[in-house]
Amino acid sequence: MKVVKALFCLLISISLTVALNQQWGTVPAFGRLLSPFEGFWQNAETADPVAGNNISLKGIREEVTVLYDDLHVPHVFAKNDFDAYFAQGYITARDRLWQMEFQTHAAAGRISELIGDRALELDRYNRRLGMTYGAEKSLEGISQNPNSKLVLEAYSAGINAYIDQLKPATYPIEYKLLGYSPEPWTPIKVAFLLKQMTQTLAAGADDLMMTNIRRHLGPALTANLFPDYPFKEDPIIPAGTKWDFTPLKLPTPPANSETDSSVALNWQPHDPAIGSNNWAVGGQKTATGYPILANDPHLNLSLPSIWYQIQLVTPTMNVYGVSLPGAPGVIIGFNKDIAWGVTNVGADVLDFYKIRFRDNRRQEYWHDGKWKPVQRRVEVIKVKGKPALSDTVLYTHHGPVVYLPEEKPFRDNIPTGYAVRWIAHEADNGIQTFYLLNRAKTYDDYVKALSYYSAPAQNFVFANAAKDIAISPNGRFPLKWRDQGKFLLDGTKAANDWQGWIPAAQNPRVKNPPRGFISSANQSSTDPTYPYYINWEFETTDRGMRINDRLSGMQKVTVDSMRRLQNDVFNHQASKFLPVLLPRIQETGLTEQQKLALKTVRQWNYQQDTASIAGTIYMDWISRLEHDIWADDFPDKDDQPMRFPNSDRTLQLITEEPNARWFDNVATKNRTETIGEIVTASFQATVDTLAKRHGALGKTWAWADHKGTGIRHLIPGLDAFSALNVQIGGGPRIVNAAGRRAGPSWRMVVQTGPAVSAYGVFPGGQSGNPGSPYYLNMLETWRKGDLYELLYFKSVTEKNPRIKSTLTLSR
Amino acid sequence: MLPFLVIAVLSAVAQFFLPWWSIALVAFGVCFWRSRTGWRAFGNGFLGIAVVWFVYALIIHLQTGGILTGRMAELLFKTKTPVLLLLITPLIGGLVGGLAGLAGRQVRAVFAGKP
Repeated sequence: MKVVKALFCLLISISLTVALNQQWGTVPAFGRLLSPFEGFWQNAETADPVAGNNISLKGIREEVTVLYDDLHVPHVFAKNDFDAYFAQGYITARDRLWQMEFQTHAAAGRISELIGDRALELDRYNRRLGMTYGAEKSLEGISQNPNSKLVLEAYSAGINAYIDQLKPATYPIEYKLLGYSPEPWTPIKVAFLLKQMTQTLAAGADDLMMTNIRRHLGPALTANLFPDYPFKEDPIIPAGTKWDFTPLKLPTPPANSETDSSVALNWQPHDPAIGSNNWAVGGQKTATGYPILANDPHLNLSLPSIWYQIQLVTPTMNVYGVSLPGAPGVIIGFNKDIAWGVTNVGADVLDFYKIRFRDNRRQEYWHDGKWKPVQRRVEVIKVKGKPALSDTVLYTHHGPVVYLPEEKPFRDNIPTGYAVRWIAHEADNGIQTFYLLNRAKTYDDYVKALSYYSAPAQNFVFANAAKDIAISPNGRFPLKWRDQGKFLLDGTKAANDWQGWIPAAQNPRVKNPPRGFISSANQSSTDPTYPYYINWEFETTDRGMRINDRLSGMQKVTVDSMRRLQNDVFNHQASKFLPVLLPRIQETGLTEQQKLALKTVRQWNYQQDTASIAGTIYMDWISRLEHDIWADDFPDKDDQPMRFPNSDRTLQLITEEPNARWFDNVATKNRTETIGEIVTASFQATVDTLAKRHGALGKTWAWADHKGTGIRHLIPGLDAFSALNVQIGGGPRIVNAAGRRAGPSWRMVVQTGPAVSAYGVFPGGQSGNPGSPYYLNMLETWRKGDLYELLYFKSVTEKNPRIKSTLTLSR
Repeated sequence: MLPFLVIAVLSAVAQFFLPWWSIALVAFGVCFWRSRTGWRAFGNGFLGIAVVWFVYALIIHLQTGGILTGRMAELLFKTKTPVLLLLITPLIGGLVGGLAGLAGRQVRAVFAGKP
């Protein structure tokens, strides 16, 4: 009896302990997680210690001093390059290790390893896209240059010095929640991180949808509805700028470049919420007489914060700005001589080629009149709790075949599939660009740094204390015939291949233009006189035009007027659409509520601020109107996806072609709708839908609440670690681009001059730990549109009341 | 009283070096060594662990302004009140300690029964 009792008690005790030590699906190991000695409690942090700290690290060469300011920004003072990047790796990992590793795992198609087969399709997508292949190529490119090789190795060693110090109790909290451990850092992870950026910013492709449209409407109507240059535009390189080079001969398009789209390819569409603003104002227009530069890159707002502020000082460099956790150096920032910033170009650097295989063995494919060998690359995807899965990806000289035909066979005897040609598959060395920019002094240094840059192509804005300002849509651009890659391409014809590159020196660039300022907001890079093809469509010009309107009218520009411009919530698109839409509304038949809504919109000053009701109505109305005009003409069929003409073309249609056939709803057989009917009906439906959702027109319709800007943790659904319903104005196509999920991920204003001064903020904080006071401490300042002064120290002995703590790293 | 103190002190020391489940070993061992009844063994094991977990958790909570306690309470229990976590934490640790203590006492009883 006693034995039974004892065994029973033992069994219960052991089972409970084991159960609490184990992860159950998505439920974490509760015993371990709640233990104050080992669990989440250990991640609770206090502010930086005033007493400071000394840490000895294997691998560091000489002593490094890190001053932390009141925002937990590290100011790193090192005696040589190696130590500077070693320290950057070490202290970035201290604040952001989980994020750095998770993002590189995602890029490498390794999420299934962490969370199981839920992520399998995502991982397979990344493998098929050739992310690993591209990262390997980049690493090759980086390693060929001794500078960037040293930077990469030092940075990686610093991260590993931190990982080596960890024990389970001190793992970042996400490891504890998901139940895994950090692995050693390798240099290729840096390449993965940069590939991830390229995927975010330069992998959107409408080629398939455009091809379906061309089949549906024919080439003439397609060209009419999807023109190569907008109706209204204010390009980045001011229109009329002369090109000071002799262009290469453009390749000739093949006689017939038609392809069919035999398969449905579920490709990520381009995301209009991701864009950015930057500008620089010349000394003749500023209060101090020295240029001012501003930049706010728009990305999917996430936590831990996308950016990490840092100052890096060595005997040959003193740079401040934001870095990407997982990549060495400063990406956007300034030094004592220059400042620079970036926005996305949106170049067409991803194309699809239809492959003709010789037979079902797929050992050879037809190209340029010859059978050429197919390379095979086996991707092994590890899956948590299941056996690993291997996926064989076929590579042609174009690139990997992303989609295999058997998933949806078209013809029995001709196996088809599409290979993707993508800039991310090229050997490149972006690290070198930032290495040089971080140390640049002159305009020529800036031009040289840019020549190393490949992808994702960016509009690099520049200003310096020598009173130069410049901007360049810059990256490695393939040499193409006009519109090459607007549609799917036939991969058997050599004429469809990329024909080399636009020489770096002939990338669009402008220095000190007569108007006294330069700017970019993802609109067309140039006017149509630029001899090369970069893309047929860019972001809508609304933000760009608004910025240029404001900058043209300004004199005696200050940091504060630039800050206000970054927070401008004027809805430029509405100011173009509403004057042509409102007169078309047929007022008879409107309900009382609809009349009230109409009055509200008519009285609107186009300020898309937090409380705006008209702004809410407009935003919903315009998207419903575009849907109502185009949805019947471009029916949504699963296997033949199509897209709508852009809003610039829609505006032109409403303004100049009110009798166009597109206003008729082809679904109604017996009647022909007019523009007035479609405008009125869409307005009524918008108001009714809003009333259903928010009640009678009033405060509940306020824009910020309706929009619901959220800054979300990288793990989906982790609301407790996110900032939701942030009360901020602005939105897509507005200078202050704070949308539902994407928006200004960093705002910076730099006043160049004999003593540079700079200001900045991002929505979040320096620490990636939700248990740190520095996790979300900058959010409110960002929301209000204020900036912090960025402390730029010239020496380690400088005194400043905002320095809170000193960390010494030594051997 | 003595076993409770021994469990508290030994488990606290053990947890600085060993995984969290060392609390079960400590409670088991101490109650194997010394405990009068099953109820007392459970009580000593429960309190010995729960008090240490509660005090340590409370110290961390107060020192760090409860930032993480609040976020974790929201994540795990959908509540903004961190107090719940300060109660559940010692409860879980206590249960593990208590049951291990009870098992220690019962195993001892087997050996005590046939001297």
